[in-house]
Amino acid sequence: MGVGNPNRAKAESGIVRWIDDRFPLTQMWQDHMSKYYAAKNFNVWYVFGVLSLLVLVNQILTGVWLTMSYEPTAEGAFASVEYIMRDVEMGWIIRYMHSSGASAFFVVVYLHMFRGLMYGSYQKPRELIWLFGMAIYLALMAEGFFGYLLPWGQMSYWGAQVILSLAGAIPVVGEDLVQWIRGDYLISGITLNRFFSLHVIALPMVILGLVVLHILALHDVGSNNPDGIEIDQNKDENGVPVDGAAFWPYHVIKDLVAVGVFLTVFCLVIFFFPEGGGYFIEKPNYEPANSLKTPEHIAPVWYFTPYYSMLRAITQPLFGLDAKFLGVIVMGGAIAILFVMPWLDRSPVKSMRYKGWMSRVWLAIFVVSFVILGYLGTLATTEGRTTVAQVCTLLYFLYFILMPFYTRMETTKPVPERVV
Amino acid sequence: MKKLLLLSLMMMVPMFAQAAGGPSVALDSIEVDASDHSSLQRGMKTYVNYCLGCHTAQYQRYSRAAEDLHMPEDLVVENLIFSGQKIGEQMTSAMDPKVSAKWFGAAPPDLTNEVNLRGADWIYTYLRTFYVDDSRPYGVNNVVFPSVGMPNVLAELQGIQSKSCGEVSEYDTHGNPAVDGVTGKAITHQSCDILTVEEGSGSMTPAQFDATIYDLTNFMAYMSKPYKTDSHRIGLWAILFCLMMTVLFYFLKKEFWRDIH
Repeated sequence: MGVGNPNRAKAESGIVRWIDDRFPLTQMWQDHMSKYYAAKNFNVWYVFGVLSLLVLVNQILTGVWLTMSYEPTAEGAFASVEYIMRDVEMGWIIRYMHSSGASAFFVVVYLHMFRGLMYGSYQKPRELIWLFGMAIYLALMAEGFFGYLLPWGQMSYWGAQVILSLAGAIPVVGEDLVQWIRGDYLISGITLNRFFSLHVIALPMVILGLVVLHILALHDVGSNNPDGIEIDQNKDENGVPVDGAAFWPYHVIKDLVAVGVFLTVFCLVIFFFPEGGGYFIEKPNYEPANSLKTPEHIAPVWYFTPYYSMLRAITQPLFGLDAKFLGVIVMGGAIAILFVMPWLDRSPVKSMRYKGWMSRVWLAIFVVSFVILGYLGTLATTEGRTTVAQVCTLLYFLYFILMPFYTRMETTKPVPERVV
Repeated sequence: MKKLLLLSLMMMVPMFAQAAGGPSVALDSIEVDASDHSSLQRGMKTYVNYCLGCHTAQYQRYSRAAEDLHMPEDLVVENLIFSGQKIGEQMTSAMDPKVSAKWFGAAPPDLTNEVNLRGADWIYTYLRTFYVDDSRPYGVNNVVFPSVGMPNVLAELQGIQSKSCGEVSEYDTHGNPAVDGVTGKAITHQSCDILTVEEGSGSMTPAQFDATIYDLTNFMAYMSKPYKTDSHRIGLWAILFCLMMTVLFYFLKKEFWRDIH
């Protein structure tokens, strides 16, 4: 018929054909679903990407509904959240889905990132997937930070105060920078307004855009798998990878099982433990923000605590820089170093299954350090705890710094031709 | 790998056990019961009579309490609303916070979320541990909240409570009275923190007073999360639904994956 691009897949006839002549519907469906092949040996670690997407949708939908009743002013914010919780029909479910969803987001993202570290999913040719993913992680932290101020409770206020003061530790420009971010001499309704705007418009757009890039890059090079074998190397006569299974319907249906399990746990949290024992919604946040009254113990939300611990672990000034600023550098460095991961790993193999014992031990040390740092970040400091945090911070960095050496030195196992 | 995942999930469990921080004195523990409507009704009666004069519950509507606590609205209007407010209004107080801040050192806080903020055990213990202390402006101090600005408004019910010295039992790790292994005698120590109520100084017996405070705390716990009963009821069905979906998906997956070798 000569309509549209003749080289792309099209339906035989009907309405889909009409669309195909004008928009690559069938082609896209095939590229990303019915003819996108992912390894058939995906294990349970491979569900957290899909779950992140599910939580993202949850956050956006519940966020849209929360915004309908939320009031972004210093005078009205706290009361409007109470209004949502008490007077809006089913408002408490929507709010708990959103607040628990934020924590769920970080749970699944951390597990998703750990999967990447374990199976070398960042290695060539997947460096860009990793970089986009890290950018999402960064945007997500900003999103969580801005969002946490919105309920305008005591912990919202003072948590934001602590984190904003970090920028103040930067020499020379620090104080001016903080004032520029706050838009006021202290955190006020002006700050709340801009955080609201960033939380509901700017960052969600950035995150969505990055997620699209993350998935486009993934679907271009194909998913990694627990064996770290490129399934494209083994294709049958039709050009279909023999070790692959089409995303639709096989992986989609497999993922649905994980979605079911996730939703069960999620329902358990939102209906029975919505405050997560004080970790998802901290107790002082039931008191409206008060700039004259500092809470006894300020702890950031749990997903920031590993970095918060690192910040507090730096207690000595060095080279004329004060300890707080060094702490900020360490904290920033801890996140920044994750970005260069693909270039630190020099191993000839991707998966931990075929790497040597040094890689395994270091990954274990890294995870344990991260968890301990996270736990310590929720507690008040003592001398002993600070020492532990210092050791863990050091181990955290050594995992990365030593990686180029131990990944090259160790003996790896031969990688099989086909997935097991 | 599955073990590793399970392990990492289990490592998160202690996170839920206790939120960071906590009070420095041992609190008396109670189980609040949102299904005990008569207790909640008595608690609300105490609240409007003794608390609401100073402490607003500005996010709680009378009508919502009437509905949730199974009270006819006309009875609520007659017996529980003293301010001439309408049934659909929130439980506010006529006291000006600026004036009360002068009277008490700080404006009495809104109490709608007090149980969320401090926990039911704290409230239950706090309200029962005022004691005579002449050094304080209102003549009383509190064990849980030292140097609190609030007077003991429930003194007419409880009576005059004061601290005295005497021997108190020690307890083992299981909460049983500790006994000396050799002599078989109870282990005690000298304490000057024993709270005693002057007999006949209040209109209630200690047991009646404890029950009244339990009801009040129970009402405040309800007020802090009025949706809790709904949440647990809906939650069970939601979880059941998700579980059934999971089982269904599992078998569907098994069926589909027969194709893949």
